Amino acid sequence: MSSIGTGYDLSVQTFSPAGRVFQIEYAQKAVDNSSTVIALRGKDGVVFAAENTIASKLHEAKTTRRVATIDRHIGLAYCGFVTDGRSVANEARSYATRFRDLYGHPMPVSKLNDELSGYFHMLTLYGAARPCGCSVLLGAYDAAKGPQMYMIEPSGVSWGYYGCALGKNKQPAHAEIEKLKLSEMTCKELVKEAARIIYATHDESKDKDFELELAWVCADSNGQFEHVPEELHKEAESFAQTSMEEDSDEEDDSDEDED
Amino acid sequence: MSTGWMSQTAQPRAPQPQAGEDARTRTMRPIVTGTSVLGIKFDGGVAIAADTLGSYGSLARFREISRMCKVGNQTVVGGGGDVADFHMIRDLLNTLEIENREYEDEHDIKPQAVHTYLTRVLYNRRSQMNPLWNTVLVAGMQDGEPYLGYTDKLGVAYQESTLACGYGAYIALGPLLREVADKGEPITKDAAVALLQKCLKVLWYRDARSLNRFEIATVTAEGVDISAPQSSESDWGIASMVRGYE
Repeated sequence: MSSIGTGYDLSVQTFSPAGRVFQIEYAQKAVDNSSTVIALRGKDGVVFAAENTIASKLHEAKTTRRVATIDRHIGLAYCGFVTDGRSVANEARSYATRFRDLYGHPMPVSKLNDELSGYFHMLTLYGAARPCGCSVLLGAYDAAKGPQMYMIEPSGVSWGYYGCALGKNKQPAHAEIEKLKLSEMTCKELVKEAARIIYATHDESKDKDFELELAWVCADSNGQFEHVPEELHKEAESFAQTSMEEDSDEEDDSDEDED
Repeated sequence: MSTGWMSQTAQPRAPQPQAGEDARTRTMRPIVTGTSVLGIKFDGGVAIAADTLGSYGSLARFREISRMCKVGNQTVVGGGGDVADFHMIRDLLNTLEIENREYEDEHDIKPQAVHTYLTRVLYNRRSQMNPLWNTVLVAGMQDGEPYLGYTDKLGVAYQESTLACGYGAYIALGPLLREVADKGEPITKDAAVALLQKCLKVLWYRDARSLNRFEIATVTAEGVDISAPQSSESDWGIASMVRGYE
């Protein structure tokens, strides 16, 4: 990287002559090196899916999660440093709790996005701080406003999204997401698609084994954030595996045609 | 926003109000109050009842206040005494439930946990000489068994098959609720609800801080059901015969 050795990348307090803050870009790299996390916003809610790498065969299943409950109606998925993600989730929980204590109703996710983006930004301002090594996806559903989804980057920049992918395989995942008619699909359908995208973008030759994590907040879950029920999880996972097999069959067929 | 990047981000999520140095800052008497809460176990569950009045002294000031709240899927809490203090308890329990959700471990908060938690909060506050002015009944299903517990502003706590607080402890608990419970035969849910309605009617006749508008909550294996506010038929025909209280 051109910045290395120039001395402009040692702290977030220093701009490079080109007007960049390299530490923030390195933090973004930490996100891009992580395993994939996606979120899809359908017509009746938001679905999260994460490809959780299994670092050791001795790990217990479901102990490393990357999608967290913030409030009854808000879920948060993180991609990048898991420890940074957990601490951001705790920060978000304290905002949501404080809002509820103060105003007596659930925190709008747009407000949480604003506050959390501010927190991310604050970590890019001080020499003694390090930017957050994770991006987060915020998803919520309420009957009045419907589904909402935001993504916050390590720089503190955030946007609202219909569909978003983070991590190592975000490019192919984005391509898959863009094929979906998100605003016409229900979360029941999207859970399957999300699982399929995680499986389809996973490279068996390069990537380590993974455990699929699926969570949602939607009309079907009564507007409550939760991991999808066991039955639906299995259904989505087998749908993903079946469509993988179909794809590979097609590839085999086309090979034969070429001969 | 946070106070600064150096501040500890994990803040306590259920802050305890601190008693000030000045004794005059403490609650010396309740302001807006709720009266009785009644509770009884039945075969396969537990029911509690409370009217919806918030009295301002002897004035029937707020007539549609819920004095019950649901915690998790197997507990309901009803409170008498200071309504504002009860609202604080309700908010604490709400926070407790949301915190419990963060674990997503399929474990719901059980009534005994809620009861113990409340005794700690109330005892802590009384030890600071700044009590929360409430008597509270906790009802729910604990591992398939009905659970009914009492705690008050002193942190006193016990369990019983029938409980009442406020004026109901004098009027309803002895002659009405215990009479049924002490027979030793479990009563049905319908009988329990009918008995609570009867007790509430007697209280409506005799307790000047009560209201003929009430909620009844039942907890069974199926979950918590808090009724919409309802009223009973009453007959004040005998009132003209009463002498000596004019």
